[in-house]
Amino acid sequence: MGGRKTLRTKESGDRILTGKTEFYNGNTACAEGAIAAGCRFFAGYPITPSTEIAERMASRLPKIGGTFVQMEDELASMAAIVGGSWAGARSMTATSGPGFSLMMENIGYAAITETPCVVVNVQRGGPSTGQPTMAAQGDMMQARYGSHGDYSIIALSPSSVQEMFDLTVKAFNLADRFRTPVFLMADETIGHMREKILLRENVEIIPRRELKEGELPCEPDENGIPGFGTFGNGHNIHITGLTHNEKGYPATDSAELHEAMVRRQVDKIEKHRLELTDVDIVNPEAEIVFISYGAPTRTVRQLLADEPGKYGHLNLRIVWPFPDHCLEQFTNAKAFVVPEMNLGQIAKEVRQYTNVKIITAPKLGGALHTVNELKTAAKAAETATRPVTEVRL
Amino acid sequence: MTLEDWYRQDRLPHIYCAGCGNGTILNATLRAVDALGYDINETTFVSGIGCSSRAGGYTSADSLHTTHGRALAFATGVKLVKPKQHVIVFTGDGDCSAIGGNHFIHACRRNIDLTVVCMNNNIYGMTGGQGSPCTPKGSITTTTPYGMQEQPFDLCKLAEAAGANYVARWTSFHVKELSEAIKTGLETPGLAFIEVLAQCPTAYGNKNKLRQPTQMIEVFKNNAVKKAKADRDAAAGIPLEPGKFIVGEFVRRANPPLGVVKE
Repeated sequence: MGGRKTLRTKESGDRILTGKTEFYNGNTACAEGAIAAGCRFFAGYPITPSTEIAERMASRLPKIGGTFVQMEDELASMAAIVGGSWAGARSMTATSGPGFSLMMENIGYAAITETPCVVVNVQRGGPSTGQPTMAAQGDMMQARYGSHGDYSIIALSPSSVQEMFDLTVKAFNLADRFRTPVFLMADETIGHMREKILLRENVEIIPRRELKEGELPCEPDENGIPGFGTFGNGHNIHITGLTHNEKGYPATDSAELHEAMVRRQVDKIEKHRLELTDVDIVNPEAEIVFISYGAPTRTVRQLLADEPGKYGHLNLRIVWPFPDHCLEQFTNAKAFVVPEMNLGQIAKEVRQYTNVKIITAPKLGGALHTVNELKTAAKAAETATRPVTEVRL
Repeated sequence: MTLEDWYRQDRLPHIYCAGCGNGTILNATLRAVDALGYDINETTFVSGIGCSSRAGGYTSADSLHTTHGRALAFATGVKLVKPKQHVIVFTGDGDCSAIGGNHFIHACRRNIDLTVVCMNNNIYGMTGGQGSPCTPKGSITTTTPYGMQEQPFDLCKLAEAAGANYVARWTSFHVKELSEAIKTGLETPGLAFIEVLAQCPTAYGNKNKLRQPTQMIEVFKNNAVKKAKADRDAAAGIPLEPGKFIVGEFVRRANPPLGVVKE
């Protein structure tokens, strides 16, 4: 039982661990962030490189009054956390690309039923089984558009172990506030690296708004968000994945009602883009500006430290909805350089909102960008003439 | 709380075709729930997709109408978070044993404290009558126009082998026995699986010389062999006649369940 012993280190007692400094890997930090945020139900399925989150939750949740269940697949994991959420628990699952694909069906269900829940995707190289142990950011578009139909979601991107903790807490608050699935789009590097981490004390918890008496289960408030009718609390409501009216009842043959429902569910997120902006803006007067999220942010920061004042940087902690208004802050920008561990998924999103030329700096295979590679990309910005230029590193 | 109060009155009339057996099964289920005197606030219905799964929406309790085949996985989440809830799952033969087959066997293996009412009408009714894993050999459906070639599942044997604590089969003809079985299922800790053969005159009977709803109910009445008799016959070496099927309680056991509140 050597593995079991490893899990029972002195810090994994029966308490919510806050107020301490630890040396954790990102996946452990994520699990502790979830527990600090009040997550008490986790359903998951083993998959590299996210498994440590499930293992940590399996070890910790039973000791603090929570429940862990290992489901038969990721379809079931996603289904179970939606069920758990309606029963009143802050609920989470964690996976990687192949499992994320399987979850897409019930992510759509969570979107149309406006079910708060958190899905962690510790990204690895794809497509398909790809590179299970290597880092990537290849699921960013799938996070936004992976399920069928029109909907909107929120996706966060951590670039450090501390952010694995902090953004997991934030993910739960946003899920409850906006009644939506929230994705924590990490990657293998951040999930498996160890760093010093402060387990913050008394993290802020913003609970979901319970349905009030006399309020209809799917009737939006002034923010476009209905109250949550937790099962077992006497609301006696019907929840369906069919297009539904404000009572929550199926109403599938009205074009007007369908459009109104879809638009409200999209708008409740898209119209709160300002509130949903979580970025770092560095050197806004710079001419060459890096835009990054997740692991590549670390290399961009190194470059900025090496050559202070030379480059600008927009770091995204919330990637979806995309904070397009932040691009305007870089008034002198002549080029946006977008290093990503994919073939330029978010670079395409940047392109939608700007006429400034874009340099994409894709890197596949699992290794992080080096500082020199970023310099090469920045140099290409000086000579590039086309609206979008890909630099082969 | 009366039996009528368990119906979501402003959702009626239901969408079921004239002659459909599903309404009878919903009625038998709600009679069982009513007879046990359950608190509506401690009762939750979960269902998948298909004709069967519309039943949850006609109950006045909290109900979760989920995705195709996944009702048991959603119900697992509800039950584990709120073990005090009586969680009843409505599903159909396609929902439960085709697209949901993996969730079905694993819910039985976990022996999670759910009561599953499976309306088996041998067909995909909602999509217009395609063959299902429970379509009998030789039956005509829109996807088996020359007769079903594959052998059907025995859902009760599947549930028993996978570990469910309570397994029974009845039909929409045997309403009293059905209601009693659902009641027993609800009172048995662990997974209770009640398969109910239901007539689908519109999509199944229509193509299989059983156009009238009463014809299919006659088939249920005449071909159902009670478990005790089937056991006696088997002991005497008399095989079950072709076309006949066994009804009754197959399993009632007390294996450790999941999701039961500790006293």
